[in-house]
Amino acid sequence: MLGLAADRLRADTNRLLAFLFHQGILDEQFLQLQQLEDETSPNFVSEVVNIYFHESEKLLRNLRSLLMDKEFSDYNKMGIHLNQFMGSSSSIGAKRIRNVCVAFRAASEQNNRAGCLRALELLEHEYCFLKNKLHELFQIQQQRALAAAVRYPMQN
Amino acid sequence: MGLKLQQSQHQHQHQHHSVAVKVNEQTGTKRGYTFIQANRAWLPKFLLLWVMVMAFLSTWIYKKMDADIKVRRKEVLSSMCDERARMLQDQFSVSVNHVHALAILISTFHYYKNPSAIDQETFAEYTARTAFERPLLSGVAYAERVVHSERGEFEKQHGWTIKTMQREPSPVRDEYAPVILSQETVSYIESLDMMSGEEDRENILRARATGKAVLTSPFRLLGSHHLGVVLTFPVYKSKLPTRPTVEERIEATAGYLGGAFDVESLVENLLGQLAGKQAILVNVYDITNSSDHLIMYGHQNQDGDLALLYESKLDFGDPFRKHTMICRYQQKAPTSWTALTTAFLFFVICLLVGYILYGAAIHIVKVEDDFHEMQELKVRAEAADVAKSQFLATVSHEIRTPMNGILGMLALLLDTDLSSTQRDYAQTAQVCGKALIALINEVLDRAKIEAGKLEMETVPFDLRSILDDVLSLFSEKSRNKGVELAVFVSDKVPEMVMGDPGRFRQIITNLVGNSVKFTERGHIFVKVHLAENTKPVVDAKVETCLNGGSDGGVPISDAHQFKTLSGYEAADERNSWDSFKHLVSYEESRYDASINMTVPGETSQSVTLMVSVEDTGIGIPLIAQDRVFMPFMQADSSTSRNYGGTGIGLSITKCLVELMGGHISFVSRPQVGSTFTFTADFGRCKKASFNDTKKSNTEDLPSSFRGLKAIVVDRKPVRAAVTRYHLKRLGMLAEVAGSVKIAASACGKNGSSCGSKIQPDIILVEKDLWLSVEDGGLSLRMLDWKQNGQAFKLPKMVLLATNITNVELEKAKAAGFVDTVIMKPMRASMVAACLQQVLGIGNKKQAGKDVQNGSLRSLLCGKKILVVDDNMVNRRVAAGALKKFGAAVECAESGKVALKLLQIPHSFDACFMDIQMPEMDGFEATRQIRMMESQANEQMNGSGIDKGFARKGEWHVPILAMTADVIHATYDECLKCGMDGYVSKPFEEENLYQAVTKFFKV
Repeated sequence: MLGLAADRLRADTNRLLAFLFHQGILDEQFLQLQQLEDETSPNFVSEVVNIYFHESEKLLRNLRSLLMDKEFSDYNKMGIHLNQFMGSSSSIGAKRIRNVCVAFRAASEQNNRAGCLRALELLEHEYCFLKNKLHELFQIQQQRALAAAVRYPMQN
Repeated sequence: MGLKLQQSQHQHQHQHHSVAVKVNEQTGTKRGYTFIQANRAWLPKFLLLWVMVMAFLSTWIYKKMDADIKVRRKEVLSSMCDERARMLQDQFSVSVNHVHALAILISTFHYYKNPSAIDQETFAEYTARTAFERPLLSGVAYAERVVHSERGEFEKQHGWTIKTMQREPSPVRDEYAPVILSQETVSYIESLDMMSGEEDRENILRARATGKAVLTSPFRLLGSHHLGVVLTFPVYKSKLPTRPTVEERIEATAGYLGGAFDVESLVENLLGQLAGKQAILVNVYDITNSSDHLIMYGHQNQDGDLALLYESKLDFGDPFRKHTMICRYQQKAPTSWTALTTAFLFFVICLLVGYILYGAAIHIVKVEDDFHEMQELKVRAEAADVAKSQFLATVSHEIRTPMNGILGMLALLLDTDLSSTQRDYAQTAQVCGKALIALINEVLDRAKIEAGKLEMETVPFDLRSILDDVLSLFSEKSRNKGVELAVFVSDKVPEMVMGDPGRFRQIITNLVGNSVKFTERGHIFVKVHLAENTKPVVDAKVETCLNGGSDGGVPISDAHQFKTLSGYEAADERNSWDSFKHLVSYEESRYDASINMTVPGETSQSVTLMVSVEDTGIGIPLIAQDRVFMPFMQADSSTSRNYGGTGIGLSITKCLVELMGGHISFVSRPQVGSTFTFTADFGRCKKASFNDTKKSNTEDLPSSFRGLKAIVVDRKPVRAAVTRYHLKRLGMLAEVAGSVKIAASACGKNGSSCGSKIQPDIILVEKDLWLSVEDGGLSLRMLDWKQNGQAFKLPKMVLLATNITNVELEKAKAAGFVDTVIMKPMRASMVAACLQQVLGIGNKKQAGKDVQNGSLRSLLCGKKILVVDDNMVNRRVAAGALKKFGAAVECAESGKVALKLLQIPHSFDACFMDIQMPEMDGFEATRQIRMMESQANEQMNGSGIDKGFARKGEWHVPILAMTADVIHATYDECLKCGMDGYVSKPFEEENLYQAVTKFFKV
């Protein structure tokens, strides 16, 4: 019975990942990230992703406050934020967020405030989506780890 | 999903927009209007204006001509009138003169003679005989002056009484003037008192006062009732003083001579003598009283041309009376037809000219309109073409994405536990999906090429290993068909060339794939050599023909065998041994020479390679040969039924070859085979980069075979050359022997002489040769030889085979003949692996990716590396990746921190630097680090102390840029500010390995 659960969880993980890849939300970089995980750093991915969430939320907050400012003109600063966001997104392989960032940066380079606002909303949406999905993924993985631990207690 | 849709829509809009902008630009620049086109709305107005102007002009011409005619008419009239007037005047004066003469006659013969010499009879006689002198006078008469006192005596003397004009006895007056002498024509006026008529009396008084001829105003003459005037001359009794007064004249007056002018008949006669009397009307007037003109001739109210009349003065010698002649044309001036027709014709001609011009202009406008329309359509068509290509590219791309999902899912599905049927289904689906992806990729390529978006890379790559890869890709298929697949690369071709390996691979794959598809027997042979080598080969070929193939050594058992790879005939005989061996031998001679001296071609930057792919397949039908390179064209529709495929491959190949600066051609003979030949330009690798990249890009060929000797037993020279080529790549020395016998004898001899210079380690035997000699007892001999106790020197036997059945293999092994079998097509790495197995040489390295991974690990293990990135996530990921390879990683979150950490002395082996950082970017940080290092180096050299931990005597920490966009400009910038290389972010192992190998030697 427990074995079945493990299989199901593995299938779930695969399905979820396939979905994320298919939708273009993630790309190969995420897989590479997963490959970096080994015995010395077992929670590498979740660790990095958590840093990513932390940083991203900060950046999103900054971007929103910049855009909400009435006499807003500091597109330069926004560009820096966006570059950071883009860099970290491509590092974890969040492809769609990266694409939105590119569009956002294009809008900010043209000083197109309406475009920026739209892009920001889109970005926030995408971010929430990704966050939910990745949380889901980590949950499943945690369960898997638990299941694995339960199933093969002797090996550890 | 909604978001995705929105995004793609946005993209679409953008593309559409860009196309539209393009169209606008194009039309904008091309729209140049001519003058006519610009004023097209004015054209009818121009025509109208023209017509009006011409109408005006022709009217003017008409008027001018008409006026000319009128002037001439007037001139004619005036000259005629003057002529008439002068004649009339002349005739008149002649008559007057004659009357004057008569007056003198009377005064001479009637008064100076006493008694008078003239009586009525004499006068009548004389005047009658001289009447021709006075044609204008109807008659002349002489009246004597009689005062009242003398009346009685006078009447008595003549025997009649003086009568008045009314033929009554004259009443008493002061004076009388009774006619005493008269011409016969007017004899009825004898004895009439001329003073009794009012006009005559006036005339008489005026005549005797002036002493000249005077005229009456016109009146109806007594006899004829014609209009006429009476001329009166005074006759004086005595001679007058030279300047007589009026009284003296009156006193001296003796009588009056008078004559009647019949003006009407006079003028009638006169005009009758002149030409053109019909044309004009003549009126003569007495205009003494200027207010009341008295007509003398002509009708007062005659119709005629009233518009034009001419007046000429007449002088009849009486100063008191004034006369004038008025002439006018009988008819009104005729309408001048010449003027009218001239003007009209002019107008018509101008009208026609105007219309022609208008028509031409309209035509021009129309043609130009059409032209512009065509241009616009052309631009639109071009835009549509571009849009099509873009659409194709986009759609292909969009299809690829979900297809990847499908394939991925299928792969995942295949990983799960499936029943065999399910597995079969899933595998079929996967194969189909892969085929679809391949097709889409081809279409995408085609579209990209058409849209001009395909760019060629220039990276160093190893041509030979790519060829090996491609061939091994098809090895399965060719082996099943029994087709021999081989590759030969000339030694002159550089080991590494600069170019686009992916595209090169694609070309080769396409050509070889085609060949494999259409070949059922024989061979497929890929040959690469320098393009400049072709010429000596051709020369050499001629030479061999002359030689007549004297260098035999190759026993040709079958007369119908051709000297090609497999013995089958090939379409293009350039690859047959006759020419091929010269290439090989030429190279050999050159090869030895080129070790010490540089080959001339090597100095140039680029190298042109000629690649030919030869097969012995079904060939291309002659009809289809000229459309081989057209997309979606296959030889005929049955081809696609029998062999599948879209027919797009060759057109892509052609495009790619052209992008590589070469051209492709082929020779094909139906049922014999085809040979595709293409040239391509590649860059030569610089030696430095050559060494760096060599390890990473090529598969590592083990060096453990270097110096080993081998004998290739093969009677087909081309095939032997191919085998030798592969062995050579492994660093082995190879000899070719035509048969096992020769090889064995060579071995035997060497074996007996024990350790002489050529001791083969390996003998490679072709399968067909082995089969043919197997029964000849050779194997036994070999076996004997084997048991001769020279086991440690014994060469290993290797069988080369395209396909071999298990039975055959078992047989061969059982016979102890062979140690192993190498399956064709050969590739260096596979040969190496087989030989390792046979020779028992241990391979120190793992194959494939593990090699790289391992080597990367060995490179990085224990190294201390600094990662500089402001982005925490990136930092963490980079650190994780590097740690995985065993490096000790330290992180810095800004350029400044990095500077602090890299203060000399430090213990870092390398530094990975992000370029885009706030405050101090990667470039700036690197510059400062380099500055710091150079200062430290100077100081060190200056002080002359060689510190122990300074490597190579100076500080230089390798700095690698980390960048997300790998553009060459960025790369140049990196090098400029002192960095040593770059890795793309996120890390890719291969990339990382390439970059890192430069600094860390194993």
